[in-house]
Amino acid sequence: MVAIEVIPMNRKTLAAAFPCTVPVLMGYLAIGMAFGLMLQSIGYGPVWAAFMSLTIYAGSGQYLGVSLLAMGAGLGQVALLTFIINFRHLVYGLSLLEKFHGMGPRKLYMMFSLTDETYALLSSAQAPEDVGPHDFYFTIALLDHSYWVIGSVLGALAGQLLGFDTTGVDFAMTALFIVIAVSQWRAYPRHLPALLGAVATVVCLLLVGADNMLLPALGIIVLVLVLARPRLDVHSTAKGADAT
Amino acid sequence: MTTPALTPGQAALSILVMAAVTFLTRALPFLLFDRGDHPPRIILYLGSVLPPAIIAMLIVYCLKGVSFASPAGWVPALVSGLVAAGLHIWKHNDLLSIFGATVLYMVLVQGVFA
Repeated sequence: MVAIEVIPMNRKTLAAAFPCTVPVLMGYLAIGMAFGLMLQSIGYGPVWAAFMSLTIYAGSGQYLGVSLLAMGAGLGQVALLTFIINFRHLVYGLSLLEKFHGMGPRKLYMMFSLTDETYALLSSAQAPEDVGPHDFYFTIALLDHSYWVIGSVLGALAGQLLGFDTTGVDFAMTALFIVIAVSQWRAYPRHLPALLGAVATVVCLLLVGADNMLLPALGIIVLVLVLARPRLDVHSTAKGADAT
Repeated sequence: MTTPALTPGQAALSILVMAAVTFLTRALPFLLFDRGDHPPRIILYLGSVLPPAIIAMLIVYCLKGVSFASPAGWVPALVSGLVAAGLHIWKHNDLLSIFGATVLYMVLVQGVFA
């Protein structure tokens, strides 16, 4: 009897959540496939793609992860760069504290699965009246995660089975960051942070070389941003301008 | 395809570190501020100004292999990068910009400048 009652409710939740996630479905299949292809091109196949997408579940983080695996980066560097690229997530949770309140154990999964896209959906989506909001949020998060895993495995499989020349597929990472930068440029009122990031990194590239450039670059960026706070700290800063 | 730089065990460990750190950055606001405390202004400030600086840093990082010794070393990246930005300003479509630029880059490095 319990099962009979549970299944229609889940189906109703799924029917309400799925349409909201269609844009993410297309995006994650495509960006996930490019990730799978990149990963396969450095010698890690579909099982590795599934492992990374299940446990890490981050677009730009996993693109960077491919590069870290390829160069055999040490664990300290891996931890630091992953932290840096995900720093923006520190602000996401703040606006969702209310929505996730009282979700019990599922809240752990909601925090884990808070990618840019899921954050954007959850910030705006409203559950229909006959669907529990917490079931609705959880289903959206689960669907998005499954698209990402499926996309990355498909990409790795395609690279393995089709065997076409994937030289240059790593440019997908550059293109992804350029796209995010263009969106940020439009959304943010001030461009000093972006220009500072570029200039500081080029200077460090020239001074210390490609292998050790990121740490000093990050140090300079944070220092200058802290020093420039009186000029830059305005209340009208844009939010939600990041993709992936 | 190249030979991996890490053993499978090292690679798995790297991936688990990435997973743990990613989860930490997502969970921290809930752990720290779920009791209604207000986050320090400096964190909110850095949260708003750091992302564009870091993305710019990562673009430079992606382009670190560019060499000006011959056109093949920089023309594909420059052209494809401009196409990515141009397509995005024009069409506002993430997928079109990323895939258009990547396919163009692959054609340039495999065919035109091979």
